[in-house]
Amino acid sequence: MTARATGAAKREARTAWLFLTPGLALFFLFVLIPVLAALYLSFCRYDIIHRPVWIGLDNYARLGRDVSNHGVFYLSLRNTAQYAIGTIPVGMALALGLALLVNAGLRGVTLYRTTYYLPVVTSLVAVSMVWMWLYDPTYGLLNYGLELFSRALTVVARHRVVIPPQTWLADPGEAMPAIIAMSIWRGLGYNMVIYLAGLQGIPDHLYEAATIDGASRWQQFWAITWPLLKPTTAFILVISVIGASQVFAQVYVMTNGGPNNATTTIVHQIFQNAFSFLKMGYASAMAFVLFALIFLLSLITLRLTRGGEVEYV
Amino acid sequence: MKLRLSQKAALHLLLAAGALTMVLPFLWMLSTSLKPESEIFTYPPVWLPSTWHLDNYRKAMASAAFGRYFVNTIIYASVVTFTNLLFCSMAAYAFARLRFRGRETLFLMVLGTMMIPAQVTMVPVFIMLKRCPLAGGNDLLGMGGHGLLNSYPGLILPAAVGAFGIFLLRQFFMSLPRELEDAARIDGCSEAGIYWRIILPLSKPALATLGIFTFTAAWNEFLWPLLITSKDSMRTLQLGLQVFQSQYTTSWDLLMAGTVVVTIPVLVLFLAGQRYFTRGIAMSGMKG
Repeated sequence: MTARATGAAKREARTAWLFLTPGLALFFLFVLIPVLAALYLSFCRYDIIHRPVWIGLDNYARLGRDVSNHGVFYLSLRNTAQYAIGTIPVGMALALGLALLVNAGLRGVTLYRTTYYLPVVTSLVAVSMVWMWLYDPTYGLLNYGLELFSRALTVVARHRVVIPPQTWLADPGEAMPAIIAMSIWRGLGYNMVIYLAGLQGIPDHLYEAATIDGASRWQQFWAITWPLLKPTTAFILVISVIGASQVFAQVYVMTNGGPNNATTTIVHQIFQNAFSFLKMGYASAMAFVLFALIFLLSLITLRLTRGGEVEYV
Repeated sequence: MKLRLSQKAALHLLLAAGALTMVLPFLWMLSTSLKPESEIFTYPPVWLPSTWHLDNYRKAMASAAFGRYFVNTIIYASVVTFTNLLFCSMAAYAFARLRFRGRETLFLMVLGTMMIPAQVTMVPVFIMLKRCPLAGGNDLLGMGGHGLLNSYPGLILPAAVGAFGIFLLRQFFMSLPRELEDAARIDGCSEAGIYWRIILPLSKPALATLGIFTFTAAWNEFLWPLLITSKDSMRTLQLGLQVFQSQYTTSWDLLMAGTVVVTIPVLVLFLAGQRYFTRGIAMSGMKG
């Protein structure tokens, strides 16, 4: 290499670092250092007023004891799992179904896509508040709907059917399902748009060939659509698992973890321990358990859904 | 696939029922926000108020420092959008177009930060901002005051750049043809000039996508403003909504008026910039 060329390469590298400086500095300050600090704090007792005191693995041991004694952290793990299991399969199946319907060659696709996407752009806080009003035990629209439904059943079944009004968010058994229903409603459009993009990437000639071969729609779905959508499904699944593990805003607004810890989640516990009880070390240990959990679940999901990437030629 | 008319009608019916489920809560929110209090607590519920009670909006705006929350939210969301566009595009340009040692490793590290949940970093970031030296009444060692809590820099800085934005723009920059840049380089244009005069103008669609995403996310952000602001004058709209809830009662008419006000700007933004939204989702959803 000539001296001039190395000079140019050096200059190019210098420019590159100049362009990278603001972004990398922010990452360094607000991601790298905080992660290391959080790791350190997770081995400490720290209440923000006094200096952190090194206590080794005590925080993690406490979390372990909490889980084996079915304490609050155990409940938050259980509730978060319940939320994930409640939202992900149903939400994804609905999204795929809708995407298939929208993609079936109808007019007005854009209008449907827009409408289904509306809740996604609305803030979780606003949406949670609207749903609290829908879930209101006395004046809520949902209980009114239940009453209309039971009246309709009465007519059909020819004897009186009574579905009593529910207390929804105030009921320990119903609060989490109520939050799950709202969250499915809110996330549907996002998953649907991703599935739509995936569906539109499947070449038409595959279906044409299958139709000529006499394959039914049902067979076409399982032989073409489903396998070719596998990468899309994997992507949505990973994103959903990560999102569900971090559920917080709707819980904080709608129930604040209640009634009786029936809806407290991992992030809700991190938030409460760090900022209400000022147990910042304990909260950091929880955060690392969450981190490990997300990491493991993502790996498992990716492993389970690996393969099936298709290049169209 | 050809569909028969009856099949089409059935599909439309299903999709319309779903669409109705999507908008019903919004219509109910709007309806409640326009009702006099007496019509809110009626059973069975009524959809259309007897008189349109726009007064709820005036009352809602007056019952808290809503104007202030609005200004705070606009400042927060706009500045975060601006810094993300600038810093992400700069970094993305270096990753996409400039050669330097360790480029691929560094890029993977930046992507890797997307794996770290915000809950891991939030406690230390909170402490760092509180202990920021010489800010908010702090001494040189960061003691004595409240640091950058309850301040715009405290709200903005931790969100000023994002790995997703760098990734998105890098992918877009790499798809741009190199001919224009090479011509500019031969004409003696500097790298900064190429970035500013060629790459950025060509990348308007990608920048619009990232801008709209960032603005919406910041507008809707809840957890971080909740942590960092305790003073009423620094709150954002999402936090402001809570003034209508007390432990025992909720003023649903005012709360729904408030949610309408909070929701409308992002809905308008979404409807205006829809194609950028769907493109962005397709871009993030397709190949990683």
